[in-house]
Amino acid sequence: MSLDLLTYLFIGGSFVLYLGIAVWARAGSTKEFYVAGGGVPPIANGMATAADWMSAASFISLAGLISFIGRDGSAYLMGWTGGYVLLAMLLAPYLRKFGKFTVPDFVGDRYYSSTARTIAVICTIVISFTYVAGQMRGVGIVFSRYLHVDIDTGVYIGMTIVFFYAVLGGMKGITYTQVAQYCVLILAFMVPAFFLSAQITGHILPQTGLGATLESGQSVLATLDKLSVDLGFSQYTAGKKSTIDMFFLTVALMCGTAGLPHVIVRFFTVPRVKDARTSAGWALIFIAILYTSVPGVAGFGRVNLIQTINGTDNAGTEYAQMPQWFKNWENAGLLGWNDRNGDGKVQYAAGKAFDGKGKPAFDEADPRGELGQRLAANAVTGAEFDANKQPFANELYVDRDIMVLANPEVANLPNWVIALVAAGAVAAALSTAAGLLLVISTAIAHDLMKKTISPNITDEQELMYARGAAVVAIIIAGYFGIHPPGFVAQVVALAFGLACASVFPTIMLGIFYKRMNTQGAIAGMLTGLVATIAYMWYFVWGGGTPDQYFLGISPGGFGTVGMILHFIVAYVVAQMTPEPPAEIQAIVEDLRIPRGAGSAHAH
Amino acid sequence: MSISSDNAQAYWRENLRIIMGYLAVWFVASYGCGVLFVEELNAISLGGYPLGFWFGQQGSIFVFVVLIWAYVASMNKLDAKYDVHE
Repeated sequence: MSLDLLTYLFIGGSFVLYLGIAVWARAGSTKEFYVAGGGVPPIANGMATAADWMSAASFISLAGLISFIGRDGSAYLMGWTGGYVLLAMLLAPYLRKFGKFTVPDFVGDRYYSSTARTIAVICTIVISFTYVAGQMRGVGIVFSRYLHVDIDTGVYIGMTIVFFYAVLGGMKGITYTQVAQYCVLILAFMVPAFFLSAQITGHILPQTGLGATLESGQSVLATLDKLSVDLGFSQYTAGKKSTIDMFFLTVALMCGTAGLPHVIVRFFTVPRVKDARTSAGWALIFIAILYTSVPGVAGFGRVNLIQTINGTDNAGTEYAQMPQWFKNWENAGLLGWNDRNGDGKVQYAAGKAFDGKGKPAFDEADPRGELGQRLAANAVTGAEFDANKQPFANELYVDRDIMVLANPEVANLPNWVIALVAAGAVAAALSTAAGLLLVISTAIAHDLMKKTISPNITDEQELMYARGAAVVAIIIAGYFGIHPPGFVAQVVALAFGLACASVFPTIMLGIFYKRMNTQGAIAGMLTGLVATIAYMWYFVWGGGTPDQYFLGISPGGFGTVGMILHFIVAYVVAQMTPEPPAEIQAIVEDLRIPRGAGSAHAH
Repeated sequence: MSISSDNAQAYWRENLRIIMGYLAVWFVASYGCGVLFVEELNAISLGGYPLGFWFGQQGSIFVFVVLIWAYVASMNKLDAKYDVHE
């Protein structure tokens, strides 16, 4: 069977499965729509959390990122998993005991203030929208790569599918769809990872494979270090970022993970407090399966890439001798070759082969060179390089995503594996998008309509608003998918920074500090928000330069500073203002004791 | 049935002690071994990995998984001890 047919079959088949689950699990009440009726078993919730959490970025881009930045990638690996320890111990069980539907619900009730609730609603919506924009784009890109449609058409297809199961099924539909999506995505990631690891190292598990010794007698990592240094890159197992920057970035990613509303809300869906802890444990196991394989995939991918391109004699390989996958991905625009020294060989080293951001600007006319290679308008002319550092000038552009997308072809796996990877990438993007859209629609229907604007609406009306808000959210997310904001990476960093500087500390104080009152909470949240946004704004759009960084902390890590300021300001303000009323203090005492969580209630 | 206020206080204090203990391990495994002392640990090689690099990219994640399950077990025991389980 042809690859296209197989890909259609796999992706189409997975859609039928998701829609079938949505029809089976459609929501009849607000409680089912918001928290799946509060009756999801912990293992299923763990899988759903893992699928919700692992986006197109985790599935496609993370291995590539680590492949290119080496040890500095540790911040992402630790940050995006370590947050679950904080969730399990500091947030999830108590929020479950508190037993409401949303993060703003908790903030509004605990701090007995609709202002605090509104700030939490704004944080939730901003964080979720910045995050979802990237997901819809991801869906579009995956479709365009595998089904040969425009990115825009891909976004429309993704919107339609999410529309059906998020709007119909609500949290209940999403949860059980995410269980299926987890199975698809983990299979799609691990099958090529096992094959690649076995082929390169003889170890089936990429976790041990990365430590293995190659035929040359050197370990994979030592080989990578040597190859990298020889080609003018920095050593793979050495870091480029300063220790303080790594530290702050890791904290921001961890506390940001623990403060993301779409992750927190998953812990409202289990029956008991105990299950909230257990499902965090399951979620991290399911996430760790992928995350601990990522460094292996990243390392093997890089060794493979360098050796394939530069050849065993480390002098480059004739373009004509390049394997088919090289040409496939060149046609897809993820690889680009600029024969700077005119020797007909592809050579890969440090430096840019194309002007600007380094990405080749291929155009519609698709002009070809003598050897059939694609020609880009922004090819660097001349072949200057620093002979002290590297043996030749770099002639290659490699998109980071290739490390995962091209794996099955690099390892010569059958077509069905390639089709499976496509279905996995779609599952990863859709599951995260659906979870985020649900959080947005809940924030609007429940926190804004029911709790703030018109408290007298019935359950049916609220459900109608929730579905309506989901439709609007899908349309807005689709718009961002088709017209993506610039600086996508920085925008996602902003989402983590805001979650770290606003949501996480305010919930923690609400649970662990009985004396925290409205004034302290509002002052703290606003301080965290303003500090983090201002810093990122200045360095991303305001013309700030890295030498002006506060203590050398890059914008991605500044959420940590925002969080520290949040804690200090909230504490000082709370000391100067009256303590919270007795009934609020009683609520805090109560949420610390597991018994009596019952089901999530609507007050 | 609700438990007495004294018991509730004692339960909470023990819970905090448990959390502090586990978070200390959490901090050492990730920030300690993976960030602050990564260079020192890289001098040691284990199973083909420089140790600091291994903690940063894999070891810390394994530790996180173990920590959550250890916490689940500790809390289940504590809940039973104070009779606050569901």
